[in-house]
Amino acid sequence: MTATQAPPQHSAVAERDSFACTLRAEWTKFRTVRGWVIGLTVAALVTVLVGLLSAAGSMSSCNGRPCHFRYPVGPGGEAVTDTFYFVHRPLVGNGTITAQVTSLTGLLPTATSGRVRAGQSPQSGMRPGLEPWSKGGLIVKANTTQGSAYAAVMVTGGHGVRMQYDYTQDIAGPPGRPTPASPRWLRLTRAGDMITGYASTDGTHWTEVGTATLPGLPATVQVGLFATSPALTVTTAQGLLGTSGTGGPTLASTAFGQVRLRGAAPAAWTGTQLGTGTVDVAPAMAGGYHQAGDTFRVTGSGDIAPDAPGGAGPGQPLDHTLVGAFAGLIAVVVVATMFVTAEYRRGLIRTTFTASPRRGQVLAAKAIVIAAVSFAAGLVAAAIAIPLNSHVLRANGNYLYPANLLTVARIAAGTAGLLAVAAVLALALGAMLRRSAIAITVVVVAIILPFLVAVTNLLSPGADDWLMRLVPAAGFAVQQAIPNYPQVSNACTVASGCYPLAPWAGFAVLCAWAAAALALAVFLVRRRDA
Amino acid sequence: MLAALPYNQHMDTAIEVDGLRKSFGPTVALDGMTFTIRPGQVTGFVGPNGAGKTTTMRVILGLDAPDAGTALVGGRRYATLRHPLTHLGSLLDASALQPSRTARSHLLWLARSQGLSPARVDEVIEQSGLDKVARRRAGGFSLGMRQRLGIAAAMLGDPPVLMMDEPFNGMDPEGIVWMRGFLRSLAGAGRAVLVSSHLMSELEDTADHLVIVGRGKVIADTSVAGLLAAASGDRALLRTADPDRAAMVLEHAGASVTVTGVGLLTVTGLDTGQISTLLAGQVVPFSELSAHRATLEEAYLGLTQDAVEYRAEYPGGSGPPGSGVSPGGGVPPRAGTTGARP
Repeated sequence: MTATQAPPQHSAVAERDSFACTLRAEWTKFRTVRGWVIGLTVAALVTVLVGLLSAAGSMSSCNGRPCHFRYPVGPGGEAVTDTFYFVHRPLVGNGTITAQVTSLTGLLPTATSGRVRAGQSPQSGMRPGLEPWSKGGLIVKANTTQGSAYAAVMVTGGHGVRMQYDYTQDIAGPPGRPTPASPRWLRLTRAGDMITGYASTDGTHWTEVGTATLPGLPATVQVGLFATSPALTVTTAQGLLGTSGTGGPTLASTAFGQVRLRGAAPAAWTGTQLGTGTVDVAPAMAGGYHQAGDTFRVTGSGDIAPDAPGGAGPGQPLDHTLVGAFAGLIAVVVVATMFVTAEYRRGLIRTTFTASPRRGQVLAAKAIVIAAVSFAAGLVAAAIAIPLNSHVLRANGNYLYPANLLTVARIAAGTAGLLAVAAVLALALGAMLRRSAIAITVVVVAIILPFLVAVTNLLSPGADDWLMRLVPAAGFAVQQAIPNYPQVSNACTVASGCYPLAPWAGFAVLCAWAAAALALAVFLVRRRDA
Repeated sequence: MLAALPYNQHMDTAIEVDGLRKSFGPTVALDGMTFTIRPGQVTGFVGPNGAGKTTTMRVILGLDAPDAGTALVGGRRYATLRHPLTHLGSLLDASALQPSRTARSHLLWLARSQGLSPARVDEVIEQSGLDKVARRRAGGFSLGMRQRLGIAAAMLGDPPVLMMDEPFNGMDPEGIVWMRGFLRSLAGAGRAVLVSSHLMSELEDTADHLVIVGRGKVIADTSVAGLLAAASGDRALLRTADPDRAAMVLEHAGASVTVTGVGLLTVTGLDTGQISTLLAGQVVPFSELSAHRATLEEAYLGLTQDAVEYRAEYPGGSGPPGSGVSPGGGVPPRAGTTGARP
């Protein structure tokens, strides 16, 4: 034994080359076990088929006939509710409207009143009260067509003064609700495409609430007063397959004084009811107004807001086409776990570590291979499931909320990513636990169980929310087609496809779990004797 | 000059195992295992089950981490080798296969892991006689076929060093003959071959050198020829009609004589030539005279017996490996690592 020892040749290039070899070896391993390839094909198939079964079983009918929903679509392409009572005048060019709001009152359905039927006296069985998002105030709107661009400054039932525009945007202003003793002044100014909202408690000292830019706003707009109040939904039961709720339309009444319009207004005040006249999906009641000089009382029902699942409407978000991702996920988890545990079971892991002694590289290569094939399976499944199941849902009389191309791409890629990252989590647990049955059980329980707990309403809603923020199942948020709008009162629960975290934030939670599990797996596999 | 052939510097030491210690809980698996494997030889790695052979091989392959000591392949730790199968081919467990993967696919992923081409896979398939079954699932293979597949995998990287754990296990007689020829041909081509076995008889006519282990350490590190000569001693078997006279004559000449049967004597201290001259000179009749040839098995049993005795005599003794093996009954002291090679 001489002292001369060959210096280890550890250049970065050599490392990369050795990792490329390990990666190719792991890919060869995966594709040469037919059961695994079949398993992933099954994952893609069940993702499509479970969604298809769910779509085929989801029928909507209106009085025994297929429903023909006509949702207004907002400037951003999203489905919106645009139902309110509008007292308006045309405004040519720039101008300002100012008014004092002396009160906001309303009526709520009683617990037993339920849905108001046609022919029934609209206000029978109602009690005084306000929905937190009952609202009344000033609005500038492109025209009186539902879904047209607008900007409004308003008082609300429970959220103070707000500036809202184009359905999805919401800016908080000063808190509090107006009373005759303590009125609020509101002001809305148009300058080109820019609308600025102000609030004041005395009509002299003004606070800017917010500014909206409404691109392409026509020269002549409708400007005036509005009142509306969203339907009240009380969730009565939540189950695996959906939510049952009861409730009904509410009514808001706003009293305005000292209404002033500065600018070229070539016509007198007119009252227009938007929505409720046509086939409308959200329960609402007809409104009206009363004028005495520059004093107005406007009464309205409905909402000016994006439509969202869990709300009053019966529409289905696009992610309902991908409910089968659950079943696909389980198949992917099984294959991903076997990809490593099968080697432990047969002792093949020693051959693997003999061929590639850098164990961290082996696990990384396995993770890349399983993530890539799971992603591909998920993407194929989504590419089939979204159009196919959308078609079936629509053919069954369901309304599908519109979604722009970016959202569709995010849902499809997100579903694929969900499967890929869950596969890495399963692989890591398989490497840690070394037994297929135990590892598969742990992963399925870790992903599916919290989801079932949240969906079946075993915990309080707040606890559900926290659960769904922390567990790997938070990643399902990436499938949520329609965002959670804080300015919409709806029963936005996991069961109705709402997750507490934003899509990519939820996905990041799942990624963090997978990364932590993989790091721990690498640590253990390096330390243990093979 | 520095870039030149790191392997060649260690041409005379294909595998160096130095002072390996490893415990699994209270069980001591390796207790200062030390030996060196050289090229051009088949080295038998022999010891009873549980002597630490497999653990040593796993440590060499970097699968198990030793508590102390080093194991080097061509002067480097296995885990630091790039494309290690081109340095050391090994067969530890022929049944370690994914049953649903074909033999060829198994070799293919191994080839990919070493940057080798699929053409090399087809070469080793042909060399190991797996042509007909290469595209069948390995799960249906007999143990003999799995051994061949394992050998094909070990040969994939055309390595200068080969290491096999119990390759004769489960082989039919025909396979054993084939395996012996194969191992001899590897050594003949200059490769270093380390073959473990718990049956010394399997290595008869195969091994050039023996590393005999017991209880996690080396008992003897010796050439086969030297071991046999020593174990045989200068004993001779003598069959005679007049054992009393024969014994008297031979003892008078300085030999020690034991009666081992009716008319059968074992003579120590004289070779057969001296015995026949003496007996002929004294006109003692004898019908058979033969030098005693120890088998490897006998030599091995003698050695392991000594190891047990030694331990019984000095419990807890932990001198350098093998140093305490005291010669008894004609067994030689442990040959040095450089001594007694053919």
